[in-house]
Amino acid sequence: MNTSASQFTKDAERITRDLRHRELIQTALSKYVVARDAKKSRFQDWEEARQTAAGIKWDAINHLDKHLVEFAKNLEARGGKVHWAGNGEHAREIIIKIIADREAHSIIKSKVMTGEEIHLNEALEKAGYSVVESDLGEYIVQLRHEAPYHFVFPAMHLTRGEISELFQKELGSEPTDSPEELTMIARRVLRSKYITADIGISGANFAIAETGMISITENEGNARLTCALPKVHIALMGIEKVLPRLDDLALFLPMLGTAGAGQMMTCYNTLYGGPRQIDESDGPEEFHVVLLDNHRTRLLADAEQRDALHCIRCGACLNVCPIYKNIGGHSYGTTYQGPVGCVITPHLRGLQDWKHLSFASSLCGACTQACPVKIDLHHHLLQSRRNARSQKPVWWEKTAFKMFSIVANSPFIWGMIKPFARLGQMFHPLIKATRLDPAIAWTRSRELPKVAPQTFKEYWRKRK
Amino acid sequence: MRDRESILERIHEALMVQAPVPGIGKDGAQPAGSAPPQPVSEEAAAEKISNWLPVVGEAFEDQVHLFAANSADLKTEFYLLGSQVEMLERLMTIAKEENWKKIGSHHGFLTDAAVAVLCLPVCETTAYYDVNDLESCDAGISECEALIAQTGSVLVSSRTSGGRALSALPPHHVVLATRDQMLPDLPSAITFLKNKYTTGFPSFISFITGPSRTGDIERILVLGAHGPKKLTILCY
Repeated sequence: MNTSASQFTKDAERITRDLRHRELIQTALSKYVVARDAKKSRFQDWEEARQTAAGIKWDAINHLDKHLVEFAKNLEARGGKVHWAGNGEHAREIIIKIIADREAHSIIKSKVMTGEEIHLNEALEKAGYSVVESDLGEYIVQLRHEAPYHFVFPAMHLTRGEISELFQKELGSEPTDSPEELTMIARRVLRSKYITADIGISGANFAIAETGMISITENEGNARLTCALPKVHIALMGIEKVLPRLDDLALFLPMLGTAGAGQMMTCYNTLYGGPRQIDESDGPEEFHVVLLDNHRTRLLADAEQRDALHCIRCGACLNVCPIYKNIGGHSYGTTYQGPVGCVITPHLRGLQDWKHLSFASSLCGACTQACPVKIDLHHHLLQSRRNARSQKPVWWEKTAFKMFSIVANSPFIWGMIKPFARLGQMFHPLIKATRLDPAIAWTRSRELPKVAPQTFKEYWRKRK
Repeated sequence: MRDRESILERIHEALMVQAPVPGIGKDGAQPAGSAPPQPVSEEAAAEKISNWLPVVGEAFEDQVHLFAANSADLKTEFYLLGSQVEMLERLMTIAKEENWKKIGSHHGFLTDAAVAVLCLPVCETTAYYDVNDLESCDAGISECEALIAQTGSVLVSSRTSGGRALSALPPHHVVLATRDQMLPDLPSAITFLKNKYTTGFPSFISFITGPSRTGDIERILVLGAHGPKKLTILCY
């Protein structure tokens, strides 16, 4: 097993036994399901809405080159600057260069998952800049020097008590068990950061090709301040975020809100098209958009799984996934957790190193059903299993299946071997749940079913 | 620039292989009962989207009723008033209750009247202003582009609502609107923007749906995370 796989197994096993964690996550996510279903039911036809959204995304992704060029052209016509980054390293270089050119020091960031993907904060800190996350959940995990637990709810794994302790230690605040007071502490601390920051870095939920604008969805208002107050606004986004038309937002904004957080619309859905214009009173002097590939084109080249690029990062598949609910977000060891993370990570970071994630699924299909853009998630996990094996076959698996096929194809050998099952089970207790036990994965925590005292053939013969 | 060409080339190469179209089988055969994919015209697409989104009545009364219900859900304070005088009275009552010392606002038909009756120090965000000055305001009073019944949203832009920060920085955002600004749904709001800004959009357009909020601590709702703690909409 490679290191990411053994880390995954170890962490997953530990978290699964953590009852406090389980209760916290189950409570949080059951609230989500109730809110989401209430909003879903207000749509005239959620299923048709999903179908239409899938169709629009299909068009966007399958004509990606055209839409990206159009987006860049329209944005530059409005005074924005578009940068293309083939990989994470280039993106980091581009961003650091913009900051260095402005002789800037302090940076405020609203939530950017692509930033996590390319380890932007580490790179900025290494280059000597101070970076503050402004989304409350991101701010909390930043103070803990931790990765986000969920790409929509980054601090879902923490109780208010833990957050209060963290704030006491890091910010010198008074202890409290009120979520409201904790939020106000963060609000006060971050207020001054927005005003003094030289650079604001944000992500983007959608990029509109037709008008050259980006759309940012949020609840807190931190992205609004990040994109309003600093003199420079840099938006980092994956190339798959593009939508052909402005009208498409009329569907995608409420679907993202509903599927993502059980809100018909999240609090702020904001379009940014360029820096401050001549007749405007505020906004940044410079607006940069960094378009990141970072192996997204590798996923694009896999026609079978291409629709995974339709993902709008709502997190609905995580919220309904029985595996996610048990092993939690950190066990995955990836930027994008849950079912969609298991599908895209092998493409973004290498199939052989991350193939174990395609087994982090019960194949129940809850994720596919929850997906607002109808990505066939659980079938993609099966395809990844197949692809990993055909790319790099495992010799003992191949031999075992070959043997099985010989045995199962011959009634004679099958009949010869059958009695050994009962014999084997008689002696099994001697090695049960030890290293010698071939069924250890099962017997460690469960009982094997008993082999029947007689086979069906024997029973039938005696009956006569 | 090097990256631009290589990314576009990789995309071009990847797209040489056709992906299965949603609703159609791998071999191009169409399974029974599924609709073929439809590259539809812009108008047809917008109309189709309206068909799936939540129902909105056609009459103004229905729309106001829906907007009010959504506002209650979102914890937005929504007042439908009889006249501009009533609106200004309501505004003065709020200012008194909350003991406003200073307000942020911008030039506009409705806001000018509001600023005149409030008689408070004003941070004007019509042209360049000092951010610290706006930060010290007790409320931001702005106009809007439109109100959207379907979602209880206020549509603002940098051009009609005093820039980007006025509606985000002060702890209380008060929106002044008139009845004719009520739009039924999201598709009509986007059509409205497209028709209004044929020569170029403002650099900032936002759908504001309720006061700022977070659920990042144990998924418990808290209002006023980074933006306004209160959102009040006065409409006559």
